[in-house]
Amino acid sequence: MNDFSYTQAASAKEATGIIKEKPQAAYIAGGTTLLDMMKANLLEPPQLVDLNQLPFKGIEQTSDGLRIGAIERMSTVGEHPLVVQQFPAVSQALLLAASPQLRNMASIGGNILQRTRCGYFRDAAFPCNKRVPGSGCPAIAGDHHNLAILGVSDSCIATAYPGDLSVALAAFDAVLTLENQKGKQRRVPITEFYLLPGKTPQRENVLESGELIVAVTIPGAAHARRSTYLKVRERSSYAYALASAAVGLDVQNGTIRTARVALGGVGAQPWRSREAEKVLTGAPATEATFLAAAAAALQGAQPLEHNRFKVELAQNTLVRALQQVA
Amino acid sequence: MATNHDPDLPAPHDEHRRNFLKQSSLLTALALVPSAVVEAAESKLDERVAEAIEKIPLSLKINGKKHKLKVEPRTTLLDLLREDLHLTGTKKGCDYGQCGACTVHVDGLRVNSCLSFAVMHDGQEITTIEGLASGDDLHPMQEAFVKHDGFQCGYCTPGQIMSAVACVREGHAGSEAEIREYMSGNICRCGAYANIVAAIQDVKSGGKKV
Repeated sequence: MNDFSYTQAASAKEATGIIKEKPQAAYIAGGTTLLDMMKANLLEPPQLVDLNQLPFKGIEQTSDGLRIGAIERMSTVGEHPLVVQQFPAVSQALLLAASPQLRNMASIGGNILQRTRCGYFRDAAFPCNKRVPGSGCPAIAGDHHNLAILGVSDSCIATAYPGDLSVALAAFDAVLTLENQKGKQRRVPITEFYLLPGKTPQRENVLESGELIVAVTIPGAAHARRSTYLKVRERSSYAYALASAAVGLDVQNGTIRTARVALGGVGAQPWRSREAEKVLTGAPATEATFLAAAAAALQGAQPLEHNRFKVELAQNTLVRALQQVA
Repeated sequence: MATNHDPDLPAPHDEHRRNFLKQSSLLTALALVPSAVVEAAESKLDERVAEAIEKIPLSLKINGKKHKLKVEPRTTLLDLLREDLHLTGTKKGCDYGQCGACTVHVDGLRVNSCLSFAVMHDGQEITTIEGLASGDDLHPMQEAFVKHDGFQCGYCTPGQIMSAVACVREGHAGSEAEIREYMSGNICRCGAYANIVAAIQDVKSGGKKV
């Protein structure tokens, strides 16, 4: 690992100021993603700015919904009674992710910014358009069995966000609060935060240089209280999703009033499916409806040889998740 | 080295420079000597270079004992424990947070010490496998691992035990399924899982303070 200097930032202004002076410096909170990548020499920041003393903490009810500070740990948020009661899918997404040790370390902001597990991205010996723009994508002709089938491009087929939390956040209309180098805050829905790869897979989100994630706010709703997160993996625990579904339904007298659907493990970004929601809304809460919704969600899939199984797997995952909350 | 020297830092000690030069000529002379000898000389050279890198003061309480240390920012908590403090009970398995062999408690929470920089733990309390027993009396979880044969080669065992203690304290040892889920961050290549689960269940139902 490269040598670097270390600074504990006392304020957001100090933190963003350092990145302004030295754009190659990196923020660190839990460090679980960053150390991983620094050990593999994929990132070599000359300076680390520790964010753990910033006041981006707390889990509190606000008029906009439940506000979760970006520096809170995955385990704290996943087990918090307000999250468990109001957003079961968010709690489950957090507690089905990683391991207990990693959940005690990893922050919410860091989780939202975690990097792809594509093996070619994580091995500097290979070309990768995400890591070295224009160098090529060996995954398309190589091993892509756990890469994306929705939102992919000729440049990149990675599941850029391989995790779980942002899938649930995308389903339930979460909004991120960001703060830039001028101290100005803006609010960005998580469904507009991630960028599809297109011809620029190195650009993964709308963050400006040095901009910080301050908090995430999730609006309360009947469909969020009646929600679940179903995750299908190659082993029963401590693995990334092959396919996952965050779903919420508000059902009254057998009819679906509102529905929320997002898929994980299959999209180039956390995959909100408004197509599936359209099929579900106003329809009877039956298996036939769920099958139609699943077909709609995967209609635009562009699978390759090794990840063709994900089309059916994602559909079945979605149907089963909907049956669980119906 | 001299041209890259940071003017804000004290100049490298002359004696270090002399040693560096001496070793450089020694290395040249040893070019045809068996590689083990050269490696040994090179490792001393690494130590000299390391002295020029800025170290940061750090206070930690480890297994009840206070330590005032100076560490390079890139030192992981795991390497600090093993290499600097010679607390080698905590193991390095994968070094990428995937196996759990390096599990320790930081302010009571179990973490992967390989994925954490030591400098980020200033003022915190660390417990390693060496801090679990009271003198010659094993911790109940250590006793249970012996009783239930919860290991074969033993390499993952310190991490398993640290994780198991946390699992019980967190209240995540309510059933076999819950134990398996909440112990999934600790991999055992020998496959002693059934006995590890039995040991944890024994401690959970035994009523001893964990």
